[in-house]
Amino acid sequence: MNNRVVITGLGVVSPNGTDLAQFRQAIRNGVSGIRHDPQLEKLLFSCQIAGKPVIDNERLQQYFKPLELRGLESTGIMYGVIAGLDAWKDAGLEPVDTDGTPDWDSGSVFGTGTSGIDKFREAIYKVDALEIRKLGSTVVAQTMNSGVNAYLSGKLGLGNQVCTNSSACATGAESILMAYERIKTGRAVKMLAGSTSDSGPYIWGGFDALKVCPYRYNDKPEKGCRPMSATASGFVPGSGAGAMVLETLESALDRGARIYAEILGGHVNSGGQRGSGTMTAPNSSGVQRCITMALKEAGVDKQEVDVINAHLTATSKDVTEIKNWVAVLERSGKDFPYINSIKGMIGHCISAAGSIESVASVLQLAEGFIFPNINCEDLHPDIEKLVDPARIPTVCLEQKFNILAKASFGFGDVNACIIFKRYEHG
Amino acid sequence: MDKKELITELKTIVTPYAQDPEALDNIGEDTDFIKDLKINSANLVDVVLDVEEKFGIEIDNDSMAKMLSVKAAIEIIEDKLAGVDRK
Repeated sequence: MNNRVVITGLGVVSPNGTDLAQFRQAIRNGVSGIRHDPQLEKLLFSCQIAGKPVIDNERLQQYFKPLELRGLESTGIMYGVIAGLDAWKDAGLEPVDTDGTPDWDSGSVFGTGTSGIDKFREAIYKVDALEIRKLGSTVVAQTMNSGVNAYLSGKLGLGNQVCTNSSACATGAESILMAYERIKTGRAVKMLAGSTSDSGPYIWGGFDALKVCPYRYNDKPEKGCRPMSATASGFVPGSGAGAMVLETLESALDRGARIYAEILGGHVNSGGQRGSGTMTAPNSSGVQRCITMALKEAGVDKQEVDVINAHLTATSKDVTEIKNWVAVLERSGKDFPYINSIKGMIGHCISAAGSIESVASVLQLAEGFIFPNINCEDLHPDIEKLVDPARIPTVCLEQKFNILAKASFGFGDVNACIIFKRYEHG
Repeated sequence: MDKKELITELKTIVTPYAQDPEALDNIGEDTDFIKDLKINSANLVDVVLDVEEKFGIEIDNDSMAKMLSVKAAIEIIEDKLAGVDRK
C-alpha cells in the first residue's frame, strides 16, 4: 500500500485566534497573541508574558456537555477537543451517532506533553490533605496524557488507532507524520492528527527556571518573542492546539471534499544527544539528516523548497537552525527559500507548537500567502550573512507556491520535518 | 425531612449525571441509578460526594457500595442524619 495522503480539514486554538477564521486573519496581519499574565506576575516569574488562547464558557458549552464541564480543569483537553472537533467539521465529517457503530476506518493521533496539570495540582493537594475520597471521578481522564484523545474519540466515535504521542516540542509535527504513515500504509482511511498543550504557571514554570524566557518585555508583551532578531532573548511560553484531518486522496475525491494540501512525506529522528546535541540543544547532524531524509522520502529536490516554516524559537539557537537549513539545502542569500516563524506572534506553544504551525503552513500553501515575521526588524547579523533579508518577509506576501518544509525540534534532541505540497484541483 | 422531600433533593443531585430523562422525570423510591437513570458507574462517586455536601454527612465505603438506588440512598441519608450507623 502506498496511498497518497491529503489534508481536508483544519482546526486551531491559538493565542492569536481561537478558530480558523480568526487565526488566518491574525497570521496574515502579524497579530500578536502574547499578553501580560497577572498570574505569572503574582507568582514572581521572571517572564510574566505568555501566549494563552482566550476561550469563554459559551464556546466551551458548544463542545462539552454540562456534566463534562463540571470540574474540568485541563486546559489542554479544552483546546485539543475544540481544535479536533473543528477540524472534523471543517472536513465536512459528522460524528458517529451515539448508538451507532464505531468508524473503524478513522482514528486519531493527538499528542501532548502533559495533561491537566491544574487538575493534577488540585488532586495532589487533596491527597496530601487526606481527602482522597473527595477527588471525584475525572482525575484520571483529565490527567492521563491520552485524555485529550479519549474525549475526542468518544465524541466522534473513532474506531481505528487512537493514540497520544509525546516528543517535547516536536510532538505536533510527529503526530501528523504518525497519522500520515497509518493512512499511507493502508491501515486507516481518515485520521485526526494534532497536538495540544496546557496553559499556566505549572507548565511554564520549568522554562522560567531554566532562564530560557525573556524577562525584559513584561511591559511590552507583543515585542517579547523575537525569532531571528539580534535582540532575541528567549522564547515566550504559549499554549493551544492545532488539528487536521488527513485522509487518502481516493476517499477525499470520492466524497468531493475540499483538499487543502498533500503530505508528500517526512521524517522523525533524534540527534542522540551526541556531538552538539544535549538534553536542551540539537545535534546539528541530526537536524540536517532529518531534513535530508524528509526531502528524500517526499521525492522533493532541495531546489524545489519554496517556503520553510521553521522552528525558530527566538533563542541563540536560531542562528544554528538557519545554518542547518543552509547546509542541507545548499542554498543561501537570494537563493534561500522564504522562511518564517509564527513564534513572534504566539510564542512557543510547546507540545502544541508543531500542530499549530502546521495549520499555519497548510493555510499558506492552500491560499497562496506567506505570513510575516514579526519582531525581527533588527535581523541578527549572523543570519543576514547567510540569508538575503528579502527572504525573511516582515509583511504578508501574496504569493502562490508549491512546496513547504515544516520542521520542529524538541528537548531530548528530537527532530521532525514534514514536506507539504499545494494540491492542484482538477 | 420526609421521603418525598428527600427524593426531590436526590433528583436535583442526580440530574446532571442521569442520561435517561424519562426515568429521571418518573424518579421514585424504586429507581435504580444505573439501570434506570443510566448513570455512568464512574459518576456514582460524584453522586455520593454531592449527597455528602448537600446533607452535611460523611458516607463510608460500605454505605457507598450499597448506594445504587433511590431507596438505598434514602436509607443511608436518614441513618447518617440520625447519627445511627446501621451495619
